[in-house]
Parts: sequence; structure tokens; C-alpha cells
Amino acid sequence: MAYWIASSPHNHLQSKTSALMRLVIYATIPGILTQWYFFGWGNIIHISLAIATALLTEFTVLSLREKKVSEQLFDGSAILTAVLLGISLPALAPWWISVIGSIFAIAIVKQLYGGIGLNPFNPAMAGYVMLLISFPVQMTSWQPPLELMSVPLDFINTLSVIFTNFTYDGYSVEQLRTHIDGHTMATPLDTVKTNLTLGLTITESMNNIVIGEYVGIGWQSLNLAFLIGGVFLLFKKAIPLVTPLSFLGSLFVCSFIAFLISPDSNASTLFHWFNGACMLGAFFILTDPVSGATSIKGRIIFGALAGFLVFIIRKFGGYPDAVAFAVLLCNMSAPLIDQYTRPRTYGHK
Amino acid sequence: MKLSDEYKELTWQGLWKNNPGLVQLLGLCPLLAVTSTVTNALGLGLATMFVLICSNATVSAIQQWVPKEIRIPIFVLIIAAFVTCVQLLMNAFTYGLYQSLGIFLPLIVTNCAIIGRAEAYASKNPLKQASFDGFMMGLGFLLVLIVLGGIREILGQGTLFDGADLLLGEWASVLRVEVFQLDNQFLLAILPPGAFIAMGFLIAAKNKIDAKLAEKAPKKANVEIERVRVNFDS
Repeated sequence: MAYWIASSPHNHLQSKTSALMRLVIYATIPGILTQWYFFGWGNIIHISLAIATALLTEFTVLSLREKKVSEQLFDGSAILTAVLLGISLPALAPWWISVIGSIFAIAIVKQLYGGIGLNPFNPAMAGYVMLLISFPVQMTSWQPPLELMSVPLDFINTLSVIFTNFTYDGYSVEQLRTHIDGHTMATPLDTVKTNLTLGLTITESMNNIVIGEYVGIGWQSLNLAFLIGGVFLLFKKAIPLVTPLSFLGSLFVCSFIAFLISPDSNASTLFHWFNGACMLGAFFILTDPVSGATSIKGRIIFGALAGFLVFIIRKFGGYPDAVAFAVLLCNMSAPLIDQYTRPRTYGHK
Repeated sequence: MKLSDEYKELTWQGLWKNNPGLVQLLGLCPLLAVTSTVTNALGLGLATMFVLICSNATVSAIQQWVPKEIRIPIFVLIIAAFVTCVQLLMNAFTYGLYQSLGIFLPLIVTNCAIIGRAEAYASKNPLKQASFDGFMMGLGFLLVLIVLGGIREILGQGTLFDGADLLLGEWASVLRVEVFQLDNQFLLAILPPGAFIAMGFLIAAKNKIDAKLAEKAPKKANVEIERVRVNFDS
């Protein structure tokens, strides 16, 4: 009788890629619902458009590459990419934004590098950055929260804006973004950045209508919802704890030091944490197992670098939000980080 | 090798097999930087081709008198002289194009494709062949520039030959073709990263065509010499 000798590990987790992807997609649901509550239907329309395009692109490229289409098409990775891209787009962007973005993300960023598991960059964020650089006007026309808008925006009107640039009643995106007093409403991050160049202090900026009671109407709840989704993922052990922890910690340290040095020109840590794509980046983007660092030490460095970059770009860069750029820069440095944080094998030097 | 065969080989090498843009990947800097429109690409491509022909001819003509040890500085001087000629000519006759090409016109001096041809071919071959080689290499480079410029101009602003009058004179403004109307420019295609991506696709397409050609080519039958095995024992 021959014994079958296996090497460790002896205990295998029997979950598949598709199960993990499905879990992450479920975890975005609170965020999407919050986005829907505060900003209307725009992002849900963009998410559906992005999913449809992503699946179509994935199907085309997979059949061109003569891969097993049925297996890889529905492993959830393309859908997750599309969902993340759809969430991060401005709600009133025209329809071709999400179409071009997901074609680029799937065909060029993911499949041309070898498909799932081989892409050096996070596809959703690379697609987002491509759009932001190529179409700056559309990609910075953020919709203000519904409660601040002077024109009510329902599903039909949102659909009409996305596909024809005008609502059913003839309002343009610019008019929709205008407050009742005639000012265009920007995102809280953008507002603070512009106000600083105008010589206003942070305290004065905090009185702006888009900030509301805490750090930004809509945006704070949105980030809270992604935080909740992220904690759900942590409990399910779908993502490692260290990456978001070190990212948020690093952002805290940077913004706290800056705040101590000059409280008038630096927003608080809470403002940085609960604005823009911070929580989405921390729990859903940086934790991407493919394009991130792999060891624990490596993940700590990876997250800390991302936090530092987010702060630097938000403070000194030309764009108000920085998560997508920071993620791409960290993706580039991930192989180097892995090189220098290789864990020691027991018994070896 | 017969003379006509040599010219055929030079043409094939310059335009396809050893194309400076697609295969040698030399002179990438101007290739990527100025190909945002067909006009720019054409202007720089013609300038490069002119310099390449003249420098190849000169290098070949003076090859006996150039000491081997200092040949590279001499090649650079010759190329720089021709580039200066081109620059002054363009400054005089196509001022708009001269401005839009900017620093990349004088930078032709440092284009490795030119000095590479001077070193690898012109300094060892007679005048006629060297000039012809310069022409074909220049043409290969020019074609890649034009294709890349065309792709980027169509994707970026939906036109072809925009601003052709800068290069060819007033009449050429009728050449401008509006392929489709874009409300917004697709900036990625116009910016350098778009050039890298488009270049990657061009190289991929060339490799794909090469693979197809290799597949179609008649396979050389392996002539095996069969030996009759004789077993004396049985």
C-alpha cells in the first residue's frame, strides 16, 4: 500500500475567484445605495452601461485570444471592474464616458497584459485616469447632492442628461450644477482647494453650502457606506486588514502634521477620510490582490505610500482628488516593494 | 550578388524587415512626440529622410579619408550640418510647421536611426547604394510616422491633414478631411501616452502580419536521407 505524501499547507480554502469577486460586489451595495439616495440615478445608469460594455469587450477579447470564454467571462472580475468604474464616474457624465472607460479598462489594461491575474495596474482606476486625462471637462462636472439642486432630477431626466446632455425640460449639466444663487457647486474637495487659492481659510470654506454640517453633504455618507462595506469584507476575510489600515493611518499622520503646522490652510483628517474616493480606495481598490503588494510588510508600505501620495496630490497637485493617481503610482512600485519585503523562509537567511 | 538584387534587398530592409520605426525602434523620441497630426508627421518625416539621404551619401563619399578612431564625431558633424540646413530652410519656407515641430527639428541630429545607418551601412558601401539605403530607411521611417500621425489625428480630433497648408502652402488647406465631428478632443490620443499605445498596436500588427506570412510561406521540405538498414545477422 502506498501512502500519498503531500506537502503543506494541508488545509485548503475551497473558494474560487468568482466567489471572492461576488463578495466584493455585494460589499459595494451599501455604497451604491447611498450614492443613489444622495446623488440620484446617474451612477446606477453608468454602472449598468459599464457592466454591459465590459462583458461585451471581455467576450470579444477572450474569443480573439481563443480562451475559454464561458469560464472567464462570468468569473466576476470584469463585472467588478465595471462596478468600481461606474461608482467613481461623475453621475451626469455622458454615456460614452463609461463605454470608453470600460473598453479601455478591460481590453487594454487587463487583457493586453495577459488577462485576469496578470494586470500590473488596477483596471478600474487606470480606466478612470485615462478618462480624467482625456476628457477633463466631462470628468470634473460633478453633480451636487440632490437636496442642494434647484432643479429636481428624477430617473427619466437623469437618463436624458446622460444620453443627450440635456434634461427632458432642457436643462444642461452646467445649469443643473448651478445653485439657486447662481454659483456652480463643486465637490467639497474642489471647493476647499479653490477657496485656498482665493485666500480663504479652511474655517471659512467649511461654511460653504456643499460642506453642510460635517465634511460634505452626500460625500460623508457615501464614504461611511463604503467603510461599512469594507468592514463587511474584513469580517469575511476577503481583504487583508493591513492595507486599508496603513493607508488611512498614513493619511491621518500626513494630514495631522500639516494641520498642526498650518491649521488655516490644511483640512482636518476627517475631511480627508470622508471625502472623495478615500474609503472606496482604501477597502476596494488598494486591496486588489493582483496589482498590490503581497507580503504583510509589503502591504503596510504599499498602503502608507498610497496615503502619503493621496495627501501630497490633494494638497499640492492640480487635481482635487488623488486616489486614482496614487493607486496607479503604487501599482507601479508594487513589484519593487515585493522585491525588498520578501518574507524569510524558516531556516534561511 | 547582382546590383538589382542589392537594391531590392535594401528596399525590403528599409520599408519592412528592418524598419527604423517598427523594428529597430530608433528615433522613438520624435516618433512619439510630434505625430499628433499627419502634417507634423509628414514634416518631420521628410526632414529626417532628407538628412538621412544626404548624410549617408556624404559619409559614403568620404569613407576613405575618415580615420576609424574618430568616425563617430565626424558623422555627428556631418549630420548636424545637414540638420542645420533643413532647419534654416523650414524656418524660411514653412514657418508655421517649424514652430509646431519646435525642438524636435534640431533634435534630428541625435536620431539614432541616422547615425546607425551611417555607421552600419554608409561607411562601408559605395555612394549609390548608400544614398539608396538612406532613401529607403527614411521612407520607412516616414511611413510609420504618417500612419501613427493618421491614427492619432483621427482618434484625437476626428480630422486628417489638419493644417497641411503650413507645410505645403495655401492650396493645401483643401486637403483637410473631417472624418467625423467630435465635440471633445480625445486628449489621450494627442498626448504622448496615446502615441506609446498606438505604437504598441502598430508593432503588434506588424508581428501578426509577419507570423501570417511565415505561416503561408511554402515550407522547405526536409530532405531526409533515408538509409537502408541492413541487418546482416538475420
